[in-house]
Amino acid sequence: MTTLDLAAMVQRHGGDATRLVQILHEVTAALGYVPPATITELAARLGVSRAHVEGVVGFYSFFSAAPQGRFRVRFSDNITDQMAGSHALCQRMLDAFRVELGEVSRDGLVSIARTSCTGLCDQGPALLVNDRAIARLTPQRIGAICSLIRGEVPLPQWPENLFAIHRLVERRDRILAAVMQPGEGLAAAVARGKAATIAELERSGLRGRGGAGFPAGAKWAACAAAPGPERYVVCNADEGEPGTFKDRELLMHHAELVIEGMTVAAFAVGAQRGLVYLRAEYPFLVAPLEELLARRRAAGLLGRAAGGVAGFDFDIELHVGAGAYVCGEESALIESLEGKRGIPRNRPPYPVTHGYRQRPTVVNNVETLAAAALIARDGAGVVRDVGTPKSAGTKLLSVSGDVARPGIYEYPFGVTVRQVLDDAGAVATQAVQVGGPSGTLLAAREFGRRIAFEDVPSAGAFMVFDQRRDMVAVVENFARFFAHESCGFCTPCRVGTTLAAQMMTRIATGVGSRRDVKDLARVAGVMKAASHCGLGATAGAPVVAALEKFRPAFDQRLRSLDVVPTFDLDLALAPAREATARDDQAAHLDEESP
Amino acid sequence: MTDASPPQTFQMDGHDVAFTPGQSILTAALAAGRYIPHLCFHPEFTAHGSCKVCTVKVNGQPHASCTTPARSGDVVESDTDELTQLRLNLVQFLFAEGNHFCPSCEKSGACTLQGVAYELGMTTEHYSPLFPDRPVDASHPDVLLDFNRCILCELCIRASAIHDQKHVFALSGRGITKHLIVNAESGRLADTALALSDKAMTVCPVGVILRKRQGFAVPIGERRYDHQPISAVAVGHRPKEDGHE
Repeated sequence: MTTLDLAAMVQRHGGDATRLVQILHEVTAALGYVPPATITELAARLGVSRAHVEGVVGFYSFFSAAPQGRFRVRFSDNITDQMAGSHALCQRMLDAFRVELGEVSRDGLVSIARTSCTGLCDQGPALLVNDRAIARLTPQRIGAICSLIRGEVPLPQWPENLFAIHRLVERRDRILAAVMQPGEGLAAAVARGKAATIAELERSGLRGRGGAGFPAGAKWAACAAAPGPERYVVCNADEGEPGTFKDRELLMHHAELVIEGMTVAAFAVGAQRGLVYLRAEYPFLVAPLEELLARRRAAGLLGRAAGGVAGFDFDIELHVGAGAYVCGEESALIESLEGKRGIPRNRPPYPVTHGYRQRPTVVNNVETLAAAALIARDGAGVVRDVGTPKSAGTKLLSVSGDVARPGIYEYPFGVTVRQVLDDAGAVATQAVQVGGPSGTLLAAREFGRRIAFEDVPSAGAFMVFDQRRDMVAVVENFARFFAHESCGFCTPCRVGTTLAAQMMTRIATGVGSRRDVKDLARVAGVMKAASHCGLGATAGAPVVAALEKFRPAFDQRLRSLDVVPTFDLDLALAPAREATARDDQAAHLDEESP
Repeated sequence: MTDASPPQTFQMDGHDVAFTPGQSILTAALAAGRYIPHLCFHPEFTAHGSCKVCTVKVNGQPHASCTTPARSGDVVESDTDELTQLRLNLVQFLFAEGNHFCPSCEKSGACTLQGVAYELGMTTEHYSPLFPDRPVDASHPDVLLDFNRCILCELCIRASAIHDQKHVFALSGRGITKHLIVNAESGRLADTALALSDKAMTVCPVGVILRKRQGFAVPIGERRYDHQPISAVAVGHRPKEDGHE
């Protein structure tokens, strides 16, 4: 095992326990996991309880206290990956290494698991291996990856083309067509003044692009007005909603605009520090973003007297998440930034007054910040003049699934679903999931509806399902996603998401009953009414929508009985069949036999 | 809140409930003798609102009453069929999640989960039980931890951290795999700083943290909620004799 100088590592992070998630990334990169003895030592060096560190390790999907393979493979398990054949490709790799899903091969070479959407839906199926992402998987690519792993070729020596991320931008508008020189937005904001910059943002009508649509100007104004000696600006780049990858495009090719937006925000609200919370599934963005921040520091746009503005001392650091969808919720994200389990806080108080380290904090989505930079330079009209009265500006959509041209499409708000489908070359479309699993499931008769906060809001996902697709399988994938990503804080979401996933799996595999359908609606109602945050509140929505809009797909799967016994004698023999490597007819019980 | 200021009130199920600023809907209601079913709330600790059993409707919107500040003039619904159904489902969720076998449990009759279930008229757990594998920890000479009954209320965590200053308990895992852990590399309670005199020993609302060699000191039938329902005990009606402790 590689030895690790934990003392030096902790010292590099200033002995700061809020850096715990970043420290655990370093440990995992070196050792593949976080051994129990390391947890004990880290806790002692950081001055926190051992159980706290163990709890943080146990919370995040990308950390483990149990040994993992030297090559840790995670297949993206979004429905679009699944539709593109990810399960068969995963099985191919499992067979190649004779290992079970979620387990480590006996020689410790490889562990293979599934993970929630990795944000490469326009070029899936995708996987992560250690800290690298690979898209466009085919049987040939899987074969190549297996050979490289078997040969224990270090990742830096793998062929670079394996890691290529294609750029698929199909429609550009205000944001994607913008060209901004570094510092232009900040200079305009400085010329205008702090209060006027916020007023301009309010005038633009810009609403948060992460999904909830809170007015960005009001958020900045509240943070600026909150008392306190220090303030923070946080860029929410934890793009975890399955089917969404527009922030990936913005951070890969328009990062200057996003960082400009953060700098403008910091100037306007009086923040000294900025934090980018980047999801761990985008490891290919870390180095380019660090380089960009270094360039801006060298150009005097970050650091002391940023942009040449006396008294404006502002710098930005990058934090990498660790595989937890709930951290896209702004208060859970702040908990994670503080090195804790990502549990949404009780609100009020809101982050604008009590955010990072209990200080006033602006948390904005990547796309919101990009738009804010443009508003600072070009004025409110750049957003106000397009879109609809209640949804000003443009929206980046991540189009994936059954379309001829998947990729990024930027439209003015108010575009119809049908228009997007036509532009993307979708034919015989059965359904569209707008905004990801927590969004809105639309059937064909609703394709005249518009993408806008007042009609069909969207954080950016646009997943298309044609008539070949089984909507029960689609919704089952979503139900499993929510069960996997529930933080577990509150009863309704922790238990409800798992019960719902079990019922959906029963129905999808043909052993569900009418009672399951009734209970699904009941569980969804409990989650919606009583959950602590938006994850639980929306977890039942796709199931409820599918039951309403695609009921025949469910009914034809049900056994006609009201109740199907939970004990299935034939299923109970499955372990015996597996142990004896038999699956012939004689190894099964006849349906009709007692 | 001087004697001179008029009492502030909100309305709950058609009755005026007086409160002092800083009280939650739940604490104000309990102080006024009006029971709202709850599990993870304890008067000595800051409410965190995880079990959601105390959910009420405030001006028509559902909120956990333990974390919602009482506000003058609010209209609160609590004792309605809809909310009783919601709470019943949440308690059924908890029964399905853990391994709860009341007849063989040392805490039966003095268990908050069981008491609330009776209060809500629960007759079955309804949902397919998950039957989690949760080995007990009998390593400590004086204390048994039976994780099968844990409802993740975090009271022992809060008591140990805030009151005992020891951090003996914490949570690990996520979602349905979330579970109670103890502060030791071995994972064994015997290797923690837990002492019998700790506050954390006394706050478990179910039968997870048990003193050894004290089984059935109070016979079943004479325990805390055997004399009076939990709704009466919780608002301060003293039972004839306190069961269990």
